[in-house]
Amino acid sequence: MSAGTLYDKVWQLHRVAELADGATQLFIGLHLIHEVTSPQAFAGIRELGLKVRHPERTVATVDHIVPTSSQARPFADPLAEEMLATLERNCKEFGITLHGLGSGRQGIVHVIAPELGLTQPGMTVACGDSHTSTHGAFGAIAFGIGTSQVRDVLASQSLAMAKLKVRRIWVDGALQSGVYAKDLVLHIIRQMGVQEGVGYAHEFAGPGIAALSMEERMTICNMAIEGGARCGYVNPDATTYAYLKDRPYAPTGEAWDRALLWWNRLASDADAQYDSEVVINASAIAPTVTWGITPGQGIGVDELIPELEEISESERPLAEDAYRYMDLKPGSAIAGTAVDVCFIGSCTNGRLSDLRAAAAVAKGGKVSAGIKAFVVPGSEQVARQAEAEGLDQLFRAAGFEWREPGCSMCLAMNPDRLEGQQISASSSNRNFKGRQGSATGRTLLMSPAMVAAAALNGCVTDVRTLLN
Amino acid sequence: MATNFPNGAIQTITGRAVVLSGNDIDTDRIIPARFLKCVSFDGLGDQVFADDRKELSGNKNAIHPFDIPENKDANLLFTNQNFGCGSSREHAPQALMRWGIRAVIAESFAEIFFGNCLALGIPCLRANHQTISELQTIASESPRPIFSLDLANLCIHGGGRNWNLELGKGEQKMLLSGRWNGTAQLINNQEALVKTAAALPYLNNFN
Repeated sequence: MSAGTLYDKVWQLHRVAELADGATQLFIGLHLIHEVTSPQAFAGIRELGLKVRHPERTVATVDHIVPTSSQARPFADPLAEEMLATLERNCKEFGITLHGLGSGRQGIVHVIAPELGLTQPGMTVACGDSHTSTHGAFGAIAFGIGTSQVRDVLASQSLAMAKLKVRRIWVDGALQSGVYAKDLVLHIIRQMGVQEGVGYAHEFAGPGIAALSMEERMTICNMAIEGGARCGYVNPDATTYAYLKDRPYAPTGEAWDRALLWWNRLASDADAQYDSEVVINASAIAPTVTWGITPGQGIGVDELIPELEEISESERPLAEDAYRYMDLKPGSAIAGTAVDVCFIGSCTNGRLSDLRAAAAVAKGGKVSAGIKAFVVPGSEQVARQAEAEGLDQLFRAAGFEWREPGCSMCLAMNPDRLEGQQISASSSNRNFKGRQGSATGRTLLMSPAMVAAAALNGCVTDVRTLLN
Repeated sequence: MATNFPNGAIQTITGRAVVLSGNDIDTDRIIPARFLKCVSFDGLGDQVFADDRKELSGNKNAIHPFDIPENKDANLLFTNQNFGCGSSREHAPQALMRWGIRAVIAESFAEIFFGNCLALGIPCLRANHQTISELQTIASESPRPIFSLDLANLCIHGGGRNWNLELGKGEQKMLLSGRWNGTAQLINNQEALVKTAAALPYLNNFN
């Protein structure tokens, strides 16, 4: 078992009780909710005649179902309207703060909680969404839960959990120019596969992680779940504190000083013991693109789609399914693959630095004829900051659409979706079959800068050739 | 569609099995996102694997396991590695449960999916590749054999054979005792909840 890790320390602090059957009752410090996975949970506590135990530790926003073209109410889709109206009613009835449309604070739940300073080191964070692992970037223990568990957290501010093992993923070296946090995490998942993380919390550490900004760390932790790890985290440091300082929900004055002292003690000890350790070299990574139907099926943009015999035997049925579904040929280059749609956004890559990186590529260029390219800021704050920098104008001048915040085409629970066999260059997190809204739609995951490059050239392009 | 959902202690589950081959079957495939636009889980049973089933519906040579007439009343699911990976949507186990599935046996499970199933009283048991292959072969025979899953002894028999299965001790006890529906025990630990909150620096102005 691990000892002296941040995970252990946070687990101990939040342990309420040992339950009859061996699970631990764990206190949840921050419960984030949204319109998709909460309605049945509220129905559940009503059925049991219960109240929300800590409405002040429960925070809501709306992201999955909101249209990104026009957010005028009522929405054109009556089901989407009903879901938002239900969330509004539930928040009102139970006294929960809802950062709704037009509040200036609405956005993707994993974008707004960090930018508001809600997410802090040492917390346990739960949300009915698997990408809750994002918040681990702050040294929080954060994980996705299902709706029955949302009900349990609403009712008791706690969950029955089994303790995870801890694996340290040590990243040596530094990312080269034109290579981003997204490439690093796609590379890690490519190396380790999509199952290796099951049963583990992943601690991302080492010089290659310490050098990353908070937004980059969020991209890494966001996709911990794509490697099978429900929870990923980075130890808090000066970068964490500089980001948090003066955010609306961050402590102030003397409380800030006390917080710093506590946060500093949370980081994994130098002699901490891990259940597993892996080393990754960041300096050798190329811009990475997926060619298949799981996030683990990725290659460097300068590589060829692997032949069947290059793939381990147990992975071959999945690879054959992927060749068929993606209609891509083994042994051919991924660079030059024509795309139809270019999507920049999502909880993985919808933050200001992501939009800046894409804008640096798009600047002065023109989206290739016939390509639909659009940018969806992760939150209202991101949108307003980007607009203040003129990024919206820059993208529009290059032929991109500039949209309102939401989850958009990451998961297609809103009007943004692929049609037929369309193929997308996407800065989102999942390339599963049908993920982007068409049962035959195809997704190539890559960094926002790579998506911008694909938009300009109409095909998968090594962004380094446009930056030099 | 099934309506007699799990309730109380779960000890044995008897019935036929659906065989679904493949690794890394994600929850987007189990229930595509468009069906998550709902404020109740009620209608999800019809939508399970909607896109995978539709893809095969026009194909004379292939049929999706959830559409094979002989599987209509099946309540067990035999599948492979990392079943239920991806999105945390409880809509996935809800859809399986409402279709009629009462237990899943696989080589391995994604963690959030496993927890969501447990919270619904749907046991997820593991077995090695060899066992799963044998179970899948025998379950596909015609006429379909009846299997009997025994949670107390962690085994399943069918077609005159018996296989051992794996499940954590805690989860086994929760299912056997009916405590898988655990909201009550979480709420009942009042004092300990108050004490834990009182000791958390960030809930107490970092004092």
